Amino acid sequence: MTIAAALGSEAAASGPAAAPPGTSRPGRRPRGGAYLLLAPGLVYLLLFFVLPVVALLATSLYVPVPGGDVGQFQPALEWQNYASALRAFWPQLVRSFAFALVATVAALLIGYPMAYVVAVRLRGRQLAQGLLLVLLVAPFFTSFILRTIAWKQILADDAFVVSALKWLQVLPADGRLTATAFAVVAGLTYNFLPFMALPIYASLGRLDPRLVEAGGDLYANGLTTFRRVTLPLSMPGVVSGTLLTFIPASGDYVNAVLLGNPTSTAMIGQVIDSRFFRVADYPTASALSVVLMLAILALVTAYVRRAGTEDLV
Amino acid sequence: MAHGTTTGVQDAAGPAGATDGPTSGGSGADLGLVGVTKAFGSYLAVDDLTLTVPAGTFFALLGPSGCGKTTTLRMVAGLEHPTSGSITIGGTDVTARRAHQRPVNTVFQSYALFPHLTVLENVAFGLRRRRVPDAVARARDGLALVELPHLADRRPAQLSGGQQQRVALARALVNSPAVLLLDEPLGALDLKLRRQMQVELKRIQTEVGLTFVHVTHDQEEAMTMADQVAVMNAGRIEQLGTPAELYELPRTVFVANFLGQSNLLPGRVREVRDGWVGVDVGGTRLVVPQDRAVSTHGDVLVGVRPEKIHLLPADEELSDDANVVGPGRVTDVSFAGVSTQYQVEVPGLGTLGVFAQNLAGGAQVALGAQVRLAWAPRFTFGLDGSTDASDGVVDLDRA
Ligand SMILES: Nc1ncnc2c1ncn2[C@@H]1O[C@H](COP(=O)(O)OP(=O)(O)OP(=O)(O)O)[C@@H](O)[C@H]1O
Ligand SMILES: [Mg+2]
Repeated sequence: MTIAAALGSEAAASGPAAAPPGTSRPGRRPRGGAYLLLAPGLVYLLLFFVLPVVALLATSLYVPVPGGDVGQFQPALEWQNYASALRAFWPQLVRSFAFALVATVAALLIGYPMAYVVAVRLRGRQLAQGLLLVLLVAPFFTSFILRTIAWKQILADDAFVVSALKWLQVLPADGRLTATAFAVVAGLTYNFLPFMALPIYASLGRLDPRLVEAGGDLYANGLTTFRRVTLPLSMPGVVSGTLLTFIPASGDYVNAVLLGNPTSTAMIGQVIDSRFFRVADYPTASALSVVLMLAILALVTAYVRRAGTEDLV
Repeated sequence: MAHGTTTGVQDAAGPAGATDGPTSGGSGADLGLVGVTKAFGSYLAVDDLTLTVPAGTFFALLGPSGCGKTTTLRMVAGLEHPTSGSITIGGTDVTARRAHQRPVNTVFQSYALFPHLTVLENVAFGLRRRRVPDAVARARDGLALVELPHLADRRPAQLSGGQQQRVALARALVNSPAVLLLDEPLGALDLKLRRQMQVELKRIQTEVGLTFVHVTHDQEEAMTMADQVAVMNAGRIEQLGTPAELYELPRTVFVANFLGQSNLLPGRVREVRDGWVGVDVGGTRLVVPQDRAVSTHGDVLVGVRPEKIHLLPADEELSDDANVVGPGRVTDVSFAGVSTQYQVEVPGLGTLGVFAQNLAGGAQVALGAQVRLAWAPRFTFGLDGSTDASDGVVDLDRA
């Protein structure tokens, strides 16, 4: 809910910025019939979101069938499941958010300049813009898993990246990249970069270049104009981009599985995965899923409040 | 960086750019353009423009759409770099300076208010960049000057068009720039608000004594507001002078038609004697003062403004020294309250327009009447006869 509101606020926030002066957005008030249009979406959400969440909540409170087989549980209200799950797996939970945070910041630092060059520097040069956007989206043409496996090979112990870094003495002679936290964060950053860059690109593309000129006219040099005009006006894109990166990154397990090691880089998604499919410990897996969901919700709410997108309305 | 900027601004602006508040009577600086040319590809948007705007003048740049007015302003503001030529402000060459290093502010046609800042912060933006102390207090003064102090905390999107325009004006004015550039700032306003803002702008300019360069394609606006008007056409300045000079003595067909209306009669010079030029116009002899004639030989256009012409009954006696044409037939009478506009078709000369004040109440000449047209020779002007006599005619449907 909050996420949707935060993402939705981008459109609302950039409205006044994009509209020419003097025009106001007509208030749209859906009539009764308009709500009917929501019906398919509501049914879909009920079937594929609300019901699974309810099931998840219920499962998280199950207890093992006494004397039963592995993976046999019965309905109960065992809140202790949460305490024991957290006690056992809090390091992975914290690590997930730490990795996701670092990856989000890295994606922002890489993605913002990319989006800026394409949207602002190449404004009006449609061919160049189109080409670069296709390049940005091109990774989506191959599977997420395949791309991550490719990274595994690029970062492998006998591949040129590691040997080059060793030769440059950046890495010690016995150092490696795969199975490290660095590799996991690098993979997360790479895989979610388009989700960061595209909303920022959209925001910057809507930026009125005349506002930048006005900044220069009012004694602001290039850097100050960027800080005082361009950056604040692209904040809706930054907020969307960081959410679209942080949320999936904190629940991701593909990167941790393929590029990390099972102990020191394990993320919460990986734990949930193994609890569910390997150990058949459904209540713990469900409890961790619920905790992850609530934690993301809380963090995102705090972030959106803090980022002050309401400032842009 | 920021410190360097401040210094740069003060260098060129002198006392104006320093610490004077918007209401404390800062003064403008001379603006000079020498041979300024701007080419977009092979197209010359501004062609070898040379002009001087004296300090403290309200200067209007008037011309039809696409003639290069905005491009000229943008070059002065530093938002566009001239292909050649130089620009000076207060005697300092600023051609190579970036926009933020020039003591110039612009009121953009689109206002370009920052949507993420309050009205007050918009106005304080330039002051803050120059580290002016008490920027907020000055911004409030600026808002008071445009009579919007009560809207300080609103966002631009919450203002009406006219209010936004005044905020844009305040945002530029508070900096007391050596030169204030206004790019059709009243273009989006309705007629009433437009007239009101014209008066306001003129008042503010007189009060603060800055150099204003006001771009417009509304000739009435230019004439009522400006001390000096430059009429621009196709990237060049056609004529420069006070509104009265331009109106009473246009030197090109374009100016004669673009600024008000003119009757232009093609003729040929017969004699030049005692400071007068005698011209044969379709068999009638008209005289033009020699100093009011651009050309004194060959083909010329004899011009006279419609309100200078008197309509006389075809049989009335006339003094010898008047310019008289006709008789002709009145083909149109339109009553406009203070005046009546007549169209008179004179065989061999075409249709002439005449404005008559309604001193006696109502139209004095009936449709279809035979009349002669007379005017004093000293109001006559002579133009180059090789130009198309309709050059610069303003399409009344558009105006
Ligand atoms: N960036 C540009 N690239 C190419 N041509 C341009 C550019 N900017 C302006 N022009 C051309 O230069 C000419 C002058 O433009 P300018 O904007 O100065 O006109 P203007 O006198 O301000 O007109 P208006 O009254 O319609 O605003 C126009 O023909 C325009 O098409
Ligand atoms: Mg223009």
